[in-house]
Amino acid sequence: MKIIVCMKQVPATSQVEIDPETGAMKRLSSNTRTNPYDLFALETALQIREKLGGTVTVLTMGPSQAEIMMKDTYTMGADDAVILSDKKFAGSDVLATSYTLAQGIRVLKGADLILCGRQTTDGDTAQVGPAIAEHMGIPHCAWVSEILDVTKDAITVRQNLEAVTQVSEMHYPCLITVDKDMCVPRLPSYILKKKTADRPVKYLTFDDLPDQNLSRYGLTGSPTSVARMFAPPAKDSQVYLQGNAEEKANQLFQTLLSKKII
Amino acid sequence: MAFPYKKMDEADFDFIRSATSPDRVNVGAEIASEYYHDEMPNYGTFPPELYVEVESKEEISKIMAYCNENNIPVVIRGAGTGLAGGANCKYGGVMLSIMRMNKIYPIDHKNQTITVQPGALLLDIQAAVSAEGLFYPPDPGEKTATIGGNVITNAGGMKAVRYGLTRDFVRCIEAVLPDGSIERFSSNVVKNTTGYDIKDLVIGSEGTLCVVTEITLKLLPAPNCTCTLVMPFNSLEECADMVPKVLELPFVPTAIEFLERELIDIVERNLKKPLPVSEGEAVLIVMYDASSQQELDSAVEAAAEAALANGAIDCCIADTPERAASVWGVRGGILEGMKADSISQEECDVVVPRSCIAQYVKDAKRIASSLGLRVEPCGHCGDGNIHTEMLRGNDMTDEEWESATGECLKQLYALSKQLGGQLSGEHGIGNGRIEYLKEFVGPRMIKLYKAIKLAFDENLILNPGKIIEFNE
Repeated sequence: MKIIVCMKQVPATSQVEIDPETGAMKRLSSNTRTNPYDLFALETALQIREKLGGTVTVLTMGPSQAEIMMKDTYTMGADDAVILSDKKFAGSDVLATSYTLAQGIRVLKGADLILCGRQTTDGDTAQVGPAIAEHMGIPHCAWVSEILDVTKDAITVRQNLEAVTQVSEMHYPCLITVDKDMCVPRLPSYILKKKTADRPVKYLTFDDLPDQNLSRYGLTGSPTSVARMFAPPAKDSQVYLQGNAEEKANQLFQTLLSKKII
Repeated sequence: MAFPYKKMDEADFDFIRSATSPDRVNVGAEIASEYYHDEMPNYGTFPPELYVEVESKEEISKIMAYCNENNIPVVIRGAGTGLAGGANCKYGGVMLSIMRMNKIYPIDHKNQTITVQPGALLLDIQAAVSAEGLFYPPDPGEKTATIGGNVITNAGGMKAVRYGLTRDFVRCIEAVLPDGSIERFSSNVVKNTTGYDIKDLVIGSEGTLCVVTEITLKLLPAPNCTCTLVMPFNSLEECADMVPKVLELPFVPTAIEFLERELIDIVERNLKKPLPVSEGEAVLIVMYDASSQQELDSAVEAAAEAALANGAIDCCIADTPERAASVWGVRGGILEGMKADSISQEECDVVVPRSCIAQYVKDAKRIASSLGLRVEPCGHCGDGNIHTEMLRGNDMTDEEWESATGECLKQLYALSKQLGGQLSGEHGIGNGRIEYLKEFVGPRMIKLYKAIKLAFDENLILNPGKIIEFNE
């Protein structure tokens, strides 16, 4: 079983800085962390490997500082880590990012199963995973909340799609994006940290990719233009319930019911 | 005076209304039943005759003077999160809430202290302090407790290993004595050998000596870096034996806790919170704080190497807030998990010398199983404060449960004493453990306790029937 997990290093703070000129996110901050959703993807991959055997390769696109994250995945149990890093990839939107990652996966000779986190905490589009699958022409299931079964031939998953829950079975090769809280990511192991201290992180650049058409990569390959990014205004309307505890509980119940929250 | 206390009448109610404000006074059936007890209703549930929310030390002074004169008991209540049956009106009378006295004054940077009123919540104080890059370390699990409650019970918590207890952070106290006089114990000084140290006597006195109205707390610079390690072992004995090894290292841990797999499973089963470490029958959780990443890395490496050299299966590193939360979330879910897993629980809060933890745990399990009880020891390994939780089996009758827990507690306290430990490490005596204290400390000590109580409160009106009982 060959598994590839796509991961991303994101700013450690939730206060993301946006470049006012390009609308792109500033990534110069040295304070970074692994996108939390991706750790659920890695844990899921490691559990599948424990059950079926095989390898787990982590793939990311980003500057060389992503090496810290990749080394961290070794301490959790990843077998290989590959960084797609080139100035030509800078300024990529969802389309260019997913295309570059798909190209990287081709260089790695594909995989039976590709896993991504549901979304990142900086871009929040939740589109990169499904877009990789489209570029590769393989089936995918996004927003997976549970792995119901996994065998050598196929994976059965539950997708939590807000209004409906869907159970799907896919044959390999395929891609899933996993929701948070579907498992608890294991902690880095000190034993693995020592064992993998000298294990290198591999790099792939533009020159290594099969498609050498520059217009598919980086800023030029990114049709998205972000007009403006802003925090949504906080709602200031408050509802005060009146009455005794029982009456208030009833009112609260009715309100939640009418808003279809329960 | 004292027993029997005066039954409060309309004139008493009116006095307290006039000394405070009628809208802050409830009497009789108006008083919500949550004010009948603290977090442990089985350690005492008693309705107050009057409930009042005070707003100043002057109001407290008037109430105390009046009650002292009229032989009416007064019990002070903060957030009611105590675990010893301390804040309940065992002999009726007044329940005086200090929750409205919750001011947090600006930090005194030159002295690195903060002065607060007793009703300020621990979480609000910690937030105010951390906003200015400082740190108030005492960290009992219950963050919604008041600082007044923390001081009067000398709250401990997980970080006691490195930083000590609430007592270690109290610079001075202002309090109202039972006769209504207002006194200050010590002042904002670092050392003090001026007479008896009343401040330290008041801390941990469980509301039996005076009413705390203002507290000045010592602060520390906030540590910049923190990391939690989880060391899985094949047995609890190996896990407990690791504790002195961690303490021998040249890095002082902030917290050391242990958890057995059975307890980890209880939390996972009931709260859906799995520990991110699947190996081991028992795990030791060790936390380090440091002022630099380099210092932290050295501590982590030294501890991890020591763990592996002493039989740990691995040493897992929770080096991000999310990872640490996934570990501490399980530790924090123990009480809730156990409540969901059994119909009743009884807790023993003994503290033993750190060298005797393994022995205590082993013997505690033997004692409990000989009495047909399920017992789950867990807790603050770093300071020897082992919370021994007894869980009621579904097929036990009330009588069987009560007699088994009573006997189990008796034997556990005897075991603790034999190992050189104490009856309670951090929850206190209150009403819940009063029947065991006398035998534990002996008659001479009880006589001394009584003399101290009388020196402050000769009419026995302040929180009567807690720690010591005169009505026998």
